[in-house]
Amino acid sequence: MSAELSNKNGLAIELRNVSYRFGEGTELISGLNLEVRRAETLVLLGRSGSGKTTTLKLINALASPTSGEILVEGRSTAQWDPIRLRRGIGYVIQDAGLFPHFTVERNIALVPKIEKWPAPRIHQRVIELLQLVGLDANLASRYPRELSGGQRQRVGVARGLAADPPILLMDEPFGALDPITRAELQREFLALQKRLEKTVVFVTHDLREALLLGTRIALMEAGKLVAALSPEEFVRSSDPMVKKYLDAFGSLPGCNGNRGPA
Amino acid sequence: MNVFQFIAQNHSEVLELTLEHLWMVGISTLLAVMVGIPLGILITRWPALNKPVLGSANIIQTVPSLALFGFLLPVPWIGARADRLAILALTLYALLPLIRNTYAGIKGVDSAVVEAGRGMGMTDRQLLLQVELPLALGVIIAGVRVAAVISVGLATIAAAIGAGGLGEYIFRGLAMVNNCRRCAGRGPCAPRRREPGLA
Repeated sequence: MSAELSNKNGLAIELRNVSYRFGEGTELISGLNLEVRRAETLVLLGRSGSGKTTTLKLINALASPTSGEILVEGRSTAQWDPIRLRRGIGYVIQDAGLFPHFTVERNIALVPKIEKWPAPRIHQRVIELLQLVGLDANLASRYPRELSGGQRQRVGVARGLAADPPILLMDEPFGALDPITRAELQREFLALQKRLEKTVVFVTHDLREALLLGTRIALMEAGKLVAALSPEEFVRSSDPMVKKYLDAFGSLPGCNGNRGPA
Repeated sequence: MNVFQFIAQNHSEVLELTLEHLWMVGISTLLAVMVGIPLGILITRWPALNKPVLGSANIIQTVPSLALFGFLLPVPWIGARADRLAILALTLYALLPLIRNTYAGIKGVDSAVVEAGRGMGMTDRQLLLQVELPLALGVIIAGVRVAAVISVGLATIAAAIGAGGLGEYIFRGLAMVNNCRRCAGRGPCAPRRREPGLA
C-alpha cells in the first residue's frame, strides 16, 4: 500500500468541488474544496450538522460524492477499491466503536487479521501498540466493557494505527471523555503525531482542541468550507464566521496562537 | 387409574409417540432454521424484500393449523405421507419467529460498531460473520426457542391427519372422554395447560 500511496505533490487528500446529498434530501456538503498535506493534522471544526463527519466518510468512501471528486494519494476514491482504500486509512470514532464481543487484542488486531498477517507478527504488533498508546500489556485479554472510557479510546487509537496506515481519520475521538482524561489523551496524541508523522484529519467541535492539535484548522458551516487557517491565523482572523466561533468560546487562556505543550 | 399408571402400563407406546413427536419437532425446527435465518439475513441486505417476506410469514402464522394441513394435502410428494405433511406445516409455522428475530437481531446491532468495521475495510461477508451474526446471536437463539415451543404444541394437531406423535393421546382421550389419555398426551407438550375437566 505505501508504495502505491506515494506521489510527489505533497498532498495526501484533495477534495475538488465536492457536493453530497443523501437521497433526495438537502445538500449536506456543497462545493467543498479542501487539501490535506502529507503529515499534517488538519482539524475539521464546526458545529453539529456542519458536514464534518460526512467529509470523513467521503474520504474513506463510506459515502460517495454526488458531484466533484476526492483524491486520496492522487487517485480518485471512485477508482479505489473501497476495501483497499479503507484498509490504508485508520479510522477512529467517538466512543471508539470497539467490537464488544472481541477482546482488546482482537479489536486492535482487526485490520492485520483481515489482511492475513501471520499470528506471531500480529501478537507482536498488538503488544507494541498497547505500549504506544500507554496501556498495560495485560489488558490485551480484557473485553471493552471492562475498560474505562479513556482506556477504550486508547484501544480505538491503537486499532486505527494497527496496520500502520499513512492516513488517519479521527471523528471526535476524545469527545466523550472527562476533561482531565481528554487533556491527557490530547497531549499523548501530540507526542504520538510528532513521532509517527501520519496525515491526520481530525473532526471536533471543540475550538480549544482544534487550536491545540491542528497544524491547520478548517472551519465548516452548513456543508461549506468557511476558512482553512493555521491556529495562529485562526485566532487573528477577521472572518465573521471565525469570529463568531471564537466569541462562542470566549477568552482562550494559553491559546493565543501558541501551540500548547507540544 | 391416574396418569402415571397409564404411562407405566403403556410405556412402549408412550415412548414411541414421544419419539415421533420429537422427530417432527426436531426436523421441522432444523428446516425452519435453515430457511428462516438466511431469509432473515437476506431482508437486512435488501430492504425491499422486507415487507413481502415478513408479510408472507405473518399470513402463514394466521392460518389455523388444521386448515393448513388441509391446504397441503393435495400437494404431490408432500401430501403422500402424513409425517411429511406435518413437518412441512410445522416448518412454515416456525419460520416467522426465526425470520423476525434474525432480522431484528441484526438490525439491533449498534450501527456505530458496524460503521467502524466497514470504515476499517471489512467486507460485507466479514462484517456479517464476525460482527453482525455474533452480536445478534442471543436474539436469534431466542427465535429458535420460540419456534421450537410453537412446534411442540402444534405437532399435537398432526395426529389429526395420522402423523402420530403425542397428539394421538389427546384425540383418543377426547373421543373416549378419558382424561388420563389426554393428560398423557398433553402434559409433555402443551404449554397452555387447562383444567382437565374443561379440555
